[in-house]
Amino acid sequence: MSNRNFVLGKFWHPDRAMDAIKELFEAGVDIYDVYSPFPLHGLEPYLNIKRTRLTVAAFIYGAFGLALALTMMNLIFGVVWPMNVGGKPNMPIPAEIPISFETTVLFAAHGMIITFFIVGRYWPGKKAILFDDRQTDDIFVVALEESKLSNPAEVKEVLRKHGAYDVTEKEA
Amino acid sequence: MSHHVSPIRQKWITNTQRYEQITEDVVRPIESRINLTWLFWTSVSALVMLTGFGLMAWTIWKGIGVWGLNKTVGWAFDITNFVFWVGIGHAGTLISAVLLLFRQAWRNSINRASEAMTIFAVLCAGLFPILHMGRLWLGLWFLPMPNTRGSLWVNFNSPLLWDVFAISTYLSVSLVFWYLGMIPDFATIRDRFARQGKKFQEWIYGGLAFGWEGSGRNWSRYEVISLILAGLATPLVLSVHSIVSMDFATSVIPGWHTTIFPPYFVAGAIFSGFGMVQTLMIVTRKVYKLENYITLDHMESIAKIIIATGSLVGLAYTTEFFMAWYSGVLWERYIFINRAFGPYGWSYWIMFSCNVISPQLFWFKKVRTSMLLTFILSIFVNIGMWFERFVIIVTSLHRDYLPSSWAMYTPTYVEVGIFIGTFGLFMTCFLLFSKYLPVINMFEVKTLLHDPEMPKFLEEKQPVTTA
Repeated sequence: MSNRNFVLGKFWHPDRAMDAIKELFEAGVDIYDVYSPFPLHGLEPYLNIKRTRLTVAAFIYGAFGLALALTMMNLIFGVVWPMNVGGKPNMPIPAEIPISFETTVLFAAHGMIITFFIVGRYWPGKKAILFDDRQTDDIFVVALEESKLSNPAEVKEVLRKHGAYDVTEKEA
Repeated sequence: MSHHVSPIRQKWITNTQRYEQITEDVVRPIESRINLTWLFWTSVSALVMLTGFGLMAWTIWKGIGVWGLNKTVGWAFDITNFVFWVGIGHAGTLISAVLLLFRQAWRNSINRASEAMTIFAVLCAGLFPILHMGRLWLGLWFLPMPNTRGSLWVNFNSPLLWDVFAISTYLSVSLVFWYLGMIPDFATIRDRFARQGKKFQEWIYGGLAFGWEGSGRNWSRYEVISLILAGLATPLVLSVHSIVSMDFATSVIPGWHTTIFPPYFVAGAIFSGFGMVQTLMIVTRKVYKLENYITLDHMESIAKIIIATGSLVGLAYTTEFFMAWYSGVLWERYIFINRAFGPYGWSYWIMFSCNVISPQLFWFKKVRTSMLLTFILSIFVNIGMWFERFVIIVTSLHRDYLPSSWAMYTPTYVEVGIFIGTFGLFMTCFLLFSKYLPVINMFEVKTLLHDPEMPKFLEEKQPVTTA
């Protein structure tokens, strides 16, 4: 993050934070993000979060895994190196189901998680950018970018009104 | 979230009203110094594990001739142990995936530890099929890759190969699911250590936390992928033990060649997995003083699942006997009569009483809420389920179509030692986990807090006011 100034409202009760977020949203204020120790359900509309497309990605990875498994099995067993095992057919669909299924799950799960790490910009050893070192433990931080606020004083007033124990500014 | 919670909804955590209290209680073992009891048990487990490794090395050095196998009973102790450990490995993902889909809030307190249990159990399981190859470096031949051995591709028709795919997928997906769940907790621990000024611990847990900061956007994605992963892991759990059962069911051995095997094995796996979860949870909640998070209600819920799956397993045992009679196949009939009343009959009755009869005691609330009785019964479940696999494998093999090749099987000290060694491995892993990683999923438990109180650090600064 380049140096931007943020207005922060810190709450210790998730419901109070949600009330403030709702009021700010209804007043047309652009909320940068909300930081919480656990997921706050129903937050998405207020932050303009669209449903993630990771599910689509997972489907594509899964479909790729399925195609890969079927191609390999049929190519190896049916075309390139047909083996006679007790006179059984070389391209048996029922016998291909277990491996195809496992490969589908393998690719879908790992592909989706790797994509999640890339999209969320997470990697091992990354230094976290925190507004407050308690935001992963027991407090809820509503962050607003100051340059996007028409009236920062009013916003701070709303945050205080809903029980923010601390309303500060921080550069990040 | 704590919003709009009905007062009649069951409270799954007791005596806790602060988020930071949850963190403190869970992080306590990580923050405190190594205590002697922990050190003692970890050393004992490590010693047992190393003895097991030594015997594995001996097996590899001399060949599997050091085991008690013979031409008739070619699979015995090691495959029994394999199926036993894989079965135990089923509860973790069932708890984290299936119970997530069913929105069972009680899973939140026990999912972390049971996922850990799953991973360690599958690790133990994986050792056995590799070992029983004797020349385990040839395990490479199980991978479908181009080679210079002529037309030696793997046989895609073989359930043994399906197993390779199923177990490795299950292990890796469970591992990732487990790790993903721990990322927000690692971040909590990182920031806690940062507040205490402990740089080294902050660096370690910070590295593990991937830079998690708990932003709303990432939580939203996080929840969606957790759900999708649960959706993927649910059929995966069912598929793994179905495929394990096909190792037997696709053969033509009487006693193995039955279509009931996949559901029967899956029910058995969940049963044994929950048995082990119960054993471990009773100890964990006591040792780490987590009774407020893993409450009696949790233990009761586990007991109820054990009754259900134990009865399913009992139904399967009976169905097998009925089908043997109904099929009219002489060999099939003989093998089942031999199973219950032949030379290995004792193992059948141990299995039957531990798996079908003793879990019925869980119908009584007094038994479900007594931790001593629950502990004993859960050990019975573990014993019974090991014997189930022994019964299926050994009694079916030792007397087949040709009476002249009938034989008995007795394990040698090497086989028994390797099995006990895997318990050492399992316990070493679990003890290390319980000391250095959060045993309870903190962020999910925090969502269960109905009406949080003000954090302590604020109370000192300002009087309690609620808007």
